[in-house]
Amino acid sequence: MPAAVEIQDVSKHFRLYHEKYTSLKERVIHLNKIPFEEFWALQHISFDVNWGETVGLVGHNGSGKSTLLKCIAAILQPTSGEIRVRGRVAAMLELGAGFHPELSGRENIYLNAALLGVAKRDIDLRFDDIVEFSELGPFIDNQVRYYSSGMYTRLGFAVAVNVDPDILLVDEVLAVGDENFQRKCFDKVEEFQREGRTIVFVSHSPEIVRRVCDRAYVLDHGVIVGEGTAPEAISILREYQARGSGLASMIASMQEIESDSGGQAGRMAMSVAEPEERVMVGQISVSFPSTPAAGYLNPGDPMTVTVSYTATRHISGVIVGIQLFDQKGDMVFGTDSDLMGLEPLDADLEGELEFNFPSVPVTDGLFSVAVGFTSARDQHIYDWQNQELAFKVISNGKSSGYLKLDPRLIQNGSAVPSKA
Amino acid sequence: MLLDQASSLPEKRMVASRAEDLPIRVVSPKIGVLTRLGNIWLFRELLVSLVRKELRIKYKNSVLGFVWSLLNPALYLVIYYIVFQKILKNNVPLFAIFLLCGLLVWNFFSNALSSATTTIINNAGIVKKVAFPREILALASVGAAFVFFLLQAIVLVLALLVFQVAPALSYLWLIPFSLVALVLFASALAVALSAINVYLRDTQHLLELVLLAWFWATPIVYPFQELGVRLSQKHLLWLYFVNPVTVIVLTFQRALYAILGDASGPILPNYSPLWYVVQILIVIVVSLILFIGALALFGRLEGNFAEEL
Repeated sequence: MPAAVEIQDVSKHFRLYHEKYTSLKERVIHLNKIPFEEFWALQHISFDVNWGETVGLVGHNGSGKSTLLKCIAAILQPTSGEIRVRGRVAAMLELGAGFHPELSGRENIYLNAALLGVAKRDIDLRFDDIVEFSELGPFIDNQVRYYSSGMYTRLGFAVAVNVDPDILLVDEVLAVGDENFQRKCFDKVEEFQREGRTIVFVSHSPEIVRRVCDRAYVLDHGVIVGEGTAPEAISILREYQARGSGLASMIASMQEIESDSGGQAGRMAMSVAEPEERVMVGQISVSFPSTPAAGYLNPGDPMTVTVSYTATRHISGVIVGIQLFDQKGDMVFGTDSDLMGLEPLDADLEGELEFNFPSVPVTDGLFSVAVGFTSARDQHIYDWQNQELAFKVISNGKSSGYLKLDPRLIQNGSAVPSKA
Repeated sequence: MLLDQASSLPEKRMVASRAEDLPIRVVSPKIGVLTRLGNIWLFRELLVSLVRKELRIKYKNSVLGFVWSLLNPALYLVIYYIVFQKILKNNVPLFAIFLLCGLLVWNFFSNALSSATTTIINNAGIVKKVAFPREILALASVGAAFVFFLLQAIVLVLALLVFQVAPALSYLWLIPFSLVALVLFASALAVALSAINVYLRDTQHLLELVLLAWFWATPIVYPFQELGVRLSQKHLLWLYFVNPVTVIVLTFQRALYAILGDASGPILPNYSPLWYVVQILIVIVVSLILFIGALALFGRLEGNFAEEL
C-alpha cells in the first residue's frame, strides 16, 4: 500500500528581511542591497507517513516542525523537494482560520468547508453533526464576531473533523479549550485512529505526543535528529533541551549510532558514553516536606527530589543535572552540580541523591522532572531520564500567573495592615 | 475490548482500501499551468462561496442592501440626463442611455481589477492558514463584480423601457459573447495583479491612475465616431482596438443604444455583426493567452505568499 504522505528531500529556505521594502520606490532605492539573512528552516527532510499512522513532529520553537506541517498542508511551498499527499487533507493550523466575523456560524461552516475543498451537498449531510459537535445550538445563526473564543474554536474544530479527511494535520490546537472540549477532541482523534485515518501531529507537549502518537520525529534547526516511538522521541527531545547549544556534535554522534544499529535511536541517544562506564538514573521521586500527605505542593513550599542511581563501577568526576518542565514542555528550571559550584561527584555502584528545594515558587500546574548524569571531563552524557507528571502544584488562589511571589505593600512608608 | 476491535477493523480496511485511488496532491515548487487549471476546477464551489460571501458582507447590516448597487447607476442616469441633455445640450441623443451602456461595462471591469488587486492581502488570514488555489480569490473578485454588473444592468433595462429605446435585435445576441470575452480579459489581469501586489504594494495605487487613463481611452463618455473619424483620417483607427474594452463597450452601445448617428453627426460606426464576431473572438483568444500567462506568473509568485504577507 502506498504511503499517505511521502516527503522527499524537502528543504525550505526563508529570507529574513531586516526591513521590508514593498513599495516601488523603496525597491528601486535599495535595489540589490535589501538586507536579509538566509535561513534554512528545513534541510533535506525525507520520510514517509504510512496509512493509518499517527506521527508526531516534535522539537523546540524554531525547530521547523510547524514549517514542515505547513508544507505538507500546501500552505507553504518547499524551496526544493517534493511532498506527495494522498487523499483529502484537513489542516488544523489555527482553528477557525478563514471564518469571517460578519457571517453567521452557519454561513461560515459552508465557506470553511469550501475552503477545505468539500462539496456543499456533503456538508448538508453533515451539518447537524457539525453543529452538535460544536455545541453551539441556536447560536449557529449568530454572527461569528459575537462568539466567545471557545465557541469559535469549537466551531473550527467541528468543521475540520467533519469534512471526512483522509489525512488530518494538527498543530498544537488540542491544547486550547476547556477540559470537556479537550476530551472530545481526543475522543475524535482516537476515533480517527480507529478508522485508520492518518494523522500528523505537531506539538511540544510531551504528554500529548505520548498519548496520541504511534511514532514521532524530532526536529532541531530544520533537521531530523531522531525518530522512534513516542516515548523514545520524547527522550531525544529532552536530551536536546538539556544539551542546549551543543547540538551539532550531538547530531553527528546520533547519526553514527543510528547507522550502527538501526531503529533503536530513542534509547541510543541516551547512551552516548562508553558502555563499560555509565551512571544510570534509577528512581526519581518527589516529596513535599511541609505537606507530606497532600500529594501536591503548595506554591512556595519546600520540595525534595530524590534520585537513586546505579553505576557500572566506581566512577569519579560525575556531574548531576536536574530540570523541571511545565506541561507545555517548557523548561521552568534547570541546573547541574557544576553550575551550582560543587565539586564533581564520585559515584559508587549504588547510591541516592537528594535535591532539596527550600521553596518552589510556581503556581498551578503539572510538572515533569528530568535528571541526568554527565562526565565532568568531556561532557559525555551517561544517562538522562525524565519523570513525566512528577508533581502537581495547587495554589491557594491568592495570586495568578506563573510564579508565587510575596510582595509587601507599603503605603507612605508604613505597611498596609492585613485583614482582621 | 474484543468487541471494540471487531467493530473497528472493517472500517479500517474500508478507509485503507481506497488509498490507491485517492487523488494525489503534489506540493513542490514546480506545478504546471494545467494542474493549476485543474485545481481551480476542483475548487469551483469555493469560487461560488467566496462570491456569495462578498455579496453578503458588502451589504450586511444595511437596510437597503443590494438596492445601493442599483442607486449608483440610477443616480448617474439622472445626473447625466440633467447635465448633458437639459443644461449643456449635448449633441448625442438620449445621452444618459448611451453613457450607461459603456459605464456598466466599465464599472464591472474597474471594480473587478481594483478589488482583485488587494484581495490576497485582504485575505491574508486564510492565505496563511488554509491551502486552496489562491487564484480563486482573484477570480472571486471578478465574480462578485460580475454579479454587481448584473444588478446594475437592471437599471439599464428599466431605462431602456422608460425612454422607449429599442435594441438592435440583429446585434443583441452578441452581448453574451462579449461578456465572456470581458470576463476572461478581466480574470487574466485580476490574477496577475493580485499576485504582483503582494510584492509591490504600489500596484494598487498605480492601478487607480491607469484605470483613470484607460477610462478616457475607451469611448464611454464620448461617442466612438467623435474620435474614430479623426483617427481613421490619420490611419490610426487600429489604436482604438489595442484596447479590448473598446470592443466590448462598442458591442453594448451598438446592440442596446443602437443609434448610429443623427443630423449633428455620427455616433457609432456602421460595422456588420460579423465584424463584431471577429473582434470579440480576437479578444477571447488574446485573453486566453493572457490568462495562461497570468496563471504561470501567479504560480511563480505564489510560493512565498505566506511569508510575504
